[in-house]
Amino acid sequence: MFQPRSIQSNLSFKDKLFSIDYVLVISILILGIVSMFAMYSTDGGEFKYHTESHIIRFSVFFIMFFILSFIQIRFWHSTSYIIYIIFFILLLGVKYFGLTSSGSQRWLNFYFMNLQPSELMKIGLILFLAKYYHRISLENVNRLRFLFLPVSALIAPVLLVIMQPDLGTSILIAAGGLIVAWLAGVRAKFFAYSTLMFILFLPVAISFLKPYQKARILTFLNPEKDPLGAGYQIIQSKIAIGSGGLFGKGFLNGSQSYLDYLPEKHTDFIFTLFSEEFGFFGSVFILILYGVIISRIVKIGNITRSNFGKLYCYSFATAFFIYVVVNMGMVLGLLPIVGSPLPIMSYGGSSMMAIMLGLSIAMSCRIYKDTPVN
Amino acid sequence: MFNSGSGNTVIKSKLISRRMFLLTTAKAIVVVGVLGRLISLQINESKKYKTLSDKNRFREWKLAPERGVISDYFNREMASNRQVYQIHLIPENTQNIEEIFFRLKSILNITDKKIFYLRKKIAKQKPWEPVIISDNLNWSEFSRVNLFLHELQGIEPIVSVARVYKDNSSAHILGYVSQVSAKDLKEKEYLQEMAVPGIAVGKTGLEKRLDKEIIGTVGFQRYEVNAYGKRIKQIQVDQGQSGSNFKTTLDLDLQQYTTEILEGKAASVCVMDIYNGDIVTMVSSPVYDPNKFVHGIDKATWKNLINNEKKPLTNKAISGLYPPGSTIKTIVALSALENKIVRPLKAVKCTGKIEMFGEKFHCWKKKGHGVVNMRSAIKRSCDVYFYEIARRLGVDRLSETAKKFGLGKKVLNNFSEERSGVVPNTKWKKKFIGQNWYLGETLHSGIGQGYFQSTPIQLCLMTAQIANGGFKIKPRILFDKNKNNLKDYLKFKNENPNQPLPEDLLVSNFDLEPLFKNQENIKIIKDAMYSSSNEPGGTSYSSRLEDKKFTFAGKTGSSQIKRFTEAQREAEVKQSDLEYKNRDHALFVAYAPVSDPKYAISVVVEHGGSGSKSAAPIAKKVIKKVLERHSLRQSSNQLIGESI
Repeated sequence: MFQPRSIQSNLSFKDKLFSIDYVLVISILILGIVSMFAMYSTDGGEFKYHTESHIIRFSVFFIMFFILSFIQIRFWHSTSYIIYIIFFILLLGVKYFGLTSSGSQRWLNFYFMNLQPSELMKIGLILFLAKYYHRISLENVNRLRFLFLPVSALIAPVLLVIMQPDLGTSILIAAGGLIVAWLAGVRAKFFAYSTLMFILFLPVAISFLKPYQKARILTFLNPEKDPLGAGYQIIQSKIAIGSGGLFGKGFLNGSQSYLDYLPEKHTDFIFTLFSEEFGFFGSVFILILYGVIISRIVKIGNITRSNFGKLYCYSFATAFFIYVVVNMGMVLGLLPIVGSPLPIMSYGGSSMMAIMLGLSIAMSCRIYKDTPVN
Repeated sequence: MFNSGSGNTVIKSKLISRRMFLLTTAKAIVVVGVLGRLISLQINESKKYKTLSDKNRFREWKLAPERGVISDYFNREMASNRQVYQIHLIPENTQNIEEIFFRLKSILNITDKKIFYLRKKIAKQKPWEPVIISDNLNWSEFSRVNLFLHELQGIEPIVSVARVYKDNSSAHILGYVSQVSAKDLKEKEYLQEMAVPGIAVGKTGLEKRLDKEIIGTVGFQRYEVNAYGKRIKQIQVDQGQSGSNFKTTLDLDLQQYTTEILEGKAASVCVMDIYNGDIVTMVSSPVYDPNKFVHGIDKATWKNLINNEKKPLTNKAISGLYPPGSTIKTIVALSALENKIVRPLKAVKCTGKIEMFGEKFHCWKKKGHGVVNMRSAIKRSCDVYFYEIARRLGVDRLSETAKKFGLGKKVLNNFSEERSGVVPNTKWKKKFIGQNWYLGETLHSGIGQGYFQSTPIQLCLMTAQIANGGFKIKPRILFDKNKNNLKDYLKFKNENPNQPLPEDLLVSNFDLEPLFKNQENIKIIKDAMYSSSNEPGGTSYSSRLEDKKFTFAGKTGSSQIKRFTEAQREAEVKQSDLEYKNRDHALFVAYAPVSDPKYAISVVVEHGGSGSKSAAPIAKKVIKKVLERHSLRQSSNQLIGESI
């Protein structure tokens, strides 16, 4: 039928530049700028440490995103397993050489930054499974022996992250992996079975949880029970968002965050701060920005021709969606506080790095949309 | 091969898209959920959360208001406020609270017990709420703390106000203030919004009754605070309002003078204006120092007060209950005249005792008074005469008159500690004791013994209402500008002696409530009282004042604590030979001056023996002093525009 041409050599730099999704790029840029202002506000309206380092990180990783976007999709496809293995080794490294902070061991100390490999693993697992399912034929997808490798690839890092302990990130890593498997055609019953298994083993799992993690889950169920203790964060966050009203209290006027009622306002609760200062309209604006970013990635998935690209883009878009929704659900009091950053907005280098890496792979799918991967 | 592979790829790609579509639908639902939550928080419930946010943001520190001043009739302060030096500790501002305690112990005299108490208190309250380490430091202590302030983080020197009482003479009337107790909070609703550290509340006397008005309104300082309670900036200050001031009808000079006279005795004196009911002086002895309560009384002092047999904490003038004794004879005689039981000249022979209903009734004078009529019976206080009168009168008619003249119910409504006493009658006994009335008890009632119980203020009111010609007055201790019509009426009567007004006109025009049926009867009683004090043989003749300006008319009384046994009676045991607590209470009531009555007085000396020996001499001194100050009081009246 149709003979695919090898067109990669035909793409000039100008072509590549034109095929970049500028709507996506601009949305990311706007979000980055908004996040800088939010960070400036968390610093109490002064240009301080958090603001400065957030700006530097965003700039560096944004440029990295732009450059990496030009790497051929074929490269990502062929190195997927290697990338996964590197990230996995880093995760293992955390277990032995990691830095401990406030009770959990999550970081590796590199000269220029403290790296959190679990964040990178979010992307690594999606890449790994996208490549895996790209190769597996439809008939084999649901065969048990072809399930072995993906399940192991999912469980191994998740367990490592749980043991750090970092419940939030491990859930997000697992979510990314499950989405790829679902999109690749793994039958619903497998998900049903594993959910059942999960529920059966839940009591066992809970016994492994640290007391503070148990408390968080209990607190979510009834935050008012212990308003000064574990429920404090949820209550204060709801107060901040609710008191923002339609138009917000105004830039730098968020009393809840300014007076230190908001916990973790740089990281997990950055949306709360923004929402308090800019109100309902500000919140919706952020939601729209994320909506645009996610839908543009989905659109790349639609037009890219390789199944690897499709699997990757759809999964990454969905995972991105989950990151956003889990964070918002958390600060809005809909989900337990599990500790998950808001992509791009939250302070944190590793998270920013992982998201930008993920975005650049998606962009590469866009630029090389017609290039077969093998 | 290639085709099938390509076909496979296409099918796979379709599967992926289909599943992605499902995911997208799921995402849309989730987004609706998040949006819904945003709408609910930021639009629907925004008001609630704004309030909560403000509650977070602002914190108020309440400021204790200044209590109102209580002054005497001449506007001299009796209860006022003074500056006190205090140190407060705000636990959250300290670095190391133990160190602060250690330092304070070396700077001030703070006991370990106090520190233990403070620790307990700190544990109970929020870390930003101040605790008062010491509420009343002297200047040298206070300046020492200020000197070391740089080492005492979390300590705040505060200049505050506290209650101060000029002297002890009016302690019972004014009462005292002290720290709010849990009971106060429960009983007094207005206190619940006043939870200010260091606020004092009235515990007894006027301080208690006037508390709500005199305490003032709490002020506040509103600060913006951060999550750790640190004050960021002051938003608003409201100094609050000091409480209302009150003026009493008392004369501070008289209070002090009377207190001096009563020193060492368990006694009370009440003096009342017989026309408008103003209480000119009311002293209960021994007095105590109300200032001791303001900053918390120490255990030893408290124990002393409680265990003192003279009961310094009781306001004897209004809550001391005594059988009225012979002072009731005026009312018995009046009641008999009003009910037309006897004529004033009816003679009764007193042999020192009579036997009736199988019981012996003794006169206080063993040998008897011989033949007496009403006037001489009152003058010499003959018991046998009044046994006879009471027997004829009956207790129910007697109690009616006694109640009319103010016995058996509370006189003032300013004191929660005031007691109402007892005026017995047949119904009362049936109801409260559950027995029938014995005729013998009527005879005891006739000389003010038995079930009769009255307070000194009631006896004073009784006397005042006889002295003013038998009109009802409403005693008052808080100054009231409203004049009393009684004086106007009497003036009118003097100017128009030949125009006796009918009673209904009296009531409508002068708002008077006569307590008599025939005013002549009142005059007879007053005359008898005159004789008792001013004619040889009268029971209080030895205490008389001969100067016309001061001459008073009175009635002595003594109320038995323990009945004499026959043996004691035979041995003619004297009161002074008895043990203190078994001696009779000595009573005396009087009005003065006789020519133009102005004041009524009652004196009760607990275990004083006889009225003539211990109560009347006190009355003599007080009356003189009261009358000497009368013109001053009058002129003060005119100054403030009153025309009595």
